[in-house]
Amino acid sequence: MRVGILYSRIRKDEKLLLNELRDRDHDVEKIDVRKERFGLESTTANVDGLDLVVDRCLSTSRSLYAARFLDSYGVPVVNGPETGDVCADKAKNSLALAEADVPTPATEVAFTKEAALEAIESFGYPCVLKPVVGSWGRLMAKIDTRDAAEAILEHKETLGHYEHKVFYVQEFVDKPGRDIRVLAVDGEPIAAMTRSSDHWLTNAAKGGETASFDLDDRALELVERASEAVGGGMLGVDLMEVGGTDSGEYTVHEVNHTVEFKALDAATDVDVPAEVVDWLEAKAAAAADGDAADDDATEATA
Amino acid sequence: MTTDTDTLLAEDPITGEEIELPADVEVGEIIDSPVTGTELEVISLDPVVLEEAPELEEDWGE
Repeated sequence: MRVGILYSRIRKDEKLLLNELRDRDHDVEKIDVRKERFGLESTTANVDGLDLVVDRCLSTSRSLYAARFLDSYGVPVVNGPETGDVCADKAKNSLALAEADVPTPATEVAFTKEAALEAIESFGYPCVLKPVVGSWGRLMAKIDTRDAAEAILEHKETLGHYEHKVFYVQEFVDKPGRDIRVLAVDGEPIAAMTRSSDHWLTNAAKGGETASFDLDDRALELVERASEAVGGGMLGVDLMEVGGTDSGEYTVHEVNHTVEFKALDAATDVDVPAEVVDWLEAKAAAAADGDAADDDATEATA
Repeated sequence: MTTDTDTLLAEDPITGEEIELPADVEVGEIIDSPVTGTELEVISLDPVVLEEAPELEEDWGE
């Protein structure tokens, strides 16, 4: 397989992926998106003959545009731009989950600090204020009082970027000191782990402790449905246990489209990069089959 | 520049000191300077060139 890797920074995740691809003698084309230009019909990036491109851009904006351009040239890219669009924006993410009847925390979006304050008051305290675009738990606020709400809203309004004036307010879910990260490919879990912390943010990037986790039938079902809701692909599905660790009930708070997996690889017995490359090989084969079918159809109608 | 062991030698762009990198380092990879702890990006491998890595930006993540 000839596979392209879109990147702007090689993290440990990309290193694991590159090593696995090379160990299997795949031809890897690293594409540093910072150095390329993307025109309406072609790009300076060397995408000729690629069976598949994997979007591993660290920057969300670069990820969305690069995937969109490559898709327009007919280059198979995972994850596809539609999935990226939904996952990159927390409001779109929440809407997609709700539309698919996947349990997700109650959420409201407001565009002024006055309306946001009304949303916060209607949820009651504590509640959560998140940036619509962002990751690793950055700029997340758990709001405990009206005084804190007023201060945070004023700060956000002066931050400058228009996205900070899209106030994404969410109910606070009283999780049992942990949440669950599942790496799934087209709805099929590769590995799952818990992320635990005394802090309300349990992200691995915030120092949450990780441990392997066995998904029950309900969690498996929700992962599959959440994946389908955002368009499928290689995803990081985040769930919280509702009502304690033995309740068997979950809420899906987020689906990530350029998922990091080094922590999962370390926390579980699963060879995560190997499983990911298995899936990439299957995607490339499916894309090639699709192209062949298109060629046959063209010949039949010529 | 290579050494006898599985490492590469490069100049730390901030201090000018010679530092060792793993031999399997990739272009685009970020390493922590053993001298200052600063994040450095591998710009090229032949010759090995390092630059101070870009600052974290708001839309970075997963």
